[in-house]
Amino acid sequence: MIDRTELWIVIIGLGLGSFGLRFAFLGLVGDRPIPAWLMRHLRYTAVSVLPALIAPLIVFPPANDGQPEPVRLTAAAVALAVGFYFKNPLLAMLFGAVTLVGGLYWFG
Amino acid sequence: MNTGDLRSSYLKGLRDGAPFILVIAPFAMVFGVLAKSAGLNVIEALAFSVAVIAGAAQFTALQLMQDQAPTLVVLASALAVNLRMAMYSASLTPYLGHLPLWKRGVVAYFLVDQAYALGIVKYEREPDMTNAERFAYFMGTVTPICPLWYGFTVIGAVVGAQISLETGLDFAMPIAFFALIGPALRTGAHGAAALVASVSALLFAFLPYNLGLLVAALLGMMAGAEIERRSEAA
Repeated sequence: MIDRTELWIVIIGLGLGSFGLRFAFLGLVGDRPIPAWLMRHLRYTAVSVLPALIAPLIVFPPANDGQPEPVRLTAAAVALAVGFYFKNPLLAMLFGAVTLVGGLYWFG
Repeated sequence: MNTGDLRSSYLKGLRDGAPFILVIAPFAMVFGVLAKSAGLNVIEALAFSVAVIAGAAQFTALQLMQDQAPTLVVLASALAVNLRMAMYSASLTPYLGHLPLWKRGVVAYFLVDQAYALGIVKYEREPDMTNAERFAYFMGTVTPICPLWYGFTVIGAVVGAQISLETGLDFAMPIAFFALIGPALRTGAHGAAALVASVSALLFAFLPYNLGLLVAALLGMMAGAEIERRSEAA
């Protein structure tokens, strides 16, 4: 059982901390210029953070006790490939989801 | 600039954000279900989602609290997962840094992965957008996303364990993020950044407190920046 005081400390602390992280540059740097070398790194934020966040979830899915699992790997590859070729996130999600649900249904 | 432009920017954001309903809803519901099974009531689960609006951090905090980790470790780990938000904030600052402070505060509160990924691609492609149009577009993207995040957390917490997680719901988030990455891979430098970050995330997965994510993200950004620098010098 989670202690109630601890729970609310975490909810409020995590809320304030997350807002602080999100506000850090937008709020405090504002319209002051950002050095070119830093901008060059920031341009690759999305394409670095998102893959780093999901790569372990795809290769070691918690729902499969952290073991690689072919249906999930295939669904991820399909979503990536469709997104890359058609530049359309919705299409990529649909193909990925259909692959996953279909694959789990047939082989699950 | 007239209000018609703002309206059209807002509607474009709304349209671009709408597909994420398909993944936000199940993902939020999974959080609600797990929160309930961890002993949280509906109000507590909702407070979590309203205060934090960041799935990965919420799952991390919930898991660690169930494992009886010390409160400071729970906070540090979950905030480490959210450190990417600071990178998003920095990356959007050239485009949104000129807005009034309260609008920057609003953007900061709603700065979720999907809104960031949609916004940054839009702003890079259309450098002529005004600050007000960028803000309107951003608010459009979060309109279908954030309220559903709250709402489906509540539904999950009410419905509880009647929903089985074996159906592939666990994979809604990875699929959604992959769908965002594909369209963002516009140059070789972007591809290299994504590849380096993915491989590094697997190699550094053993690091505690999700620090592997940060190490991998930084390595990916350095790879992208270095390739861009070399291709410009060449």
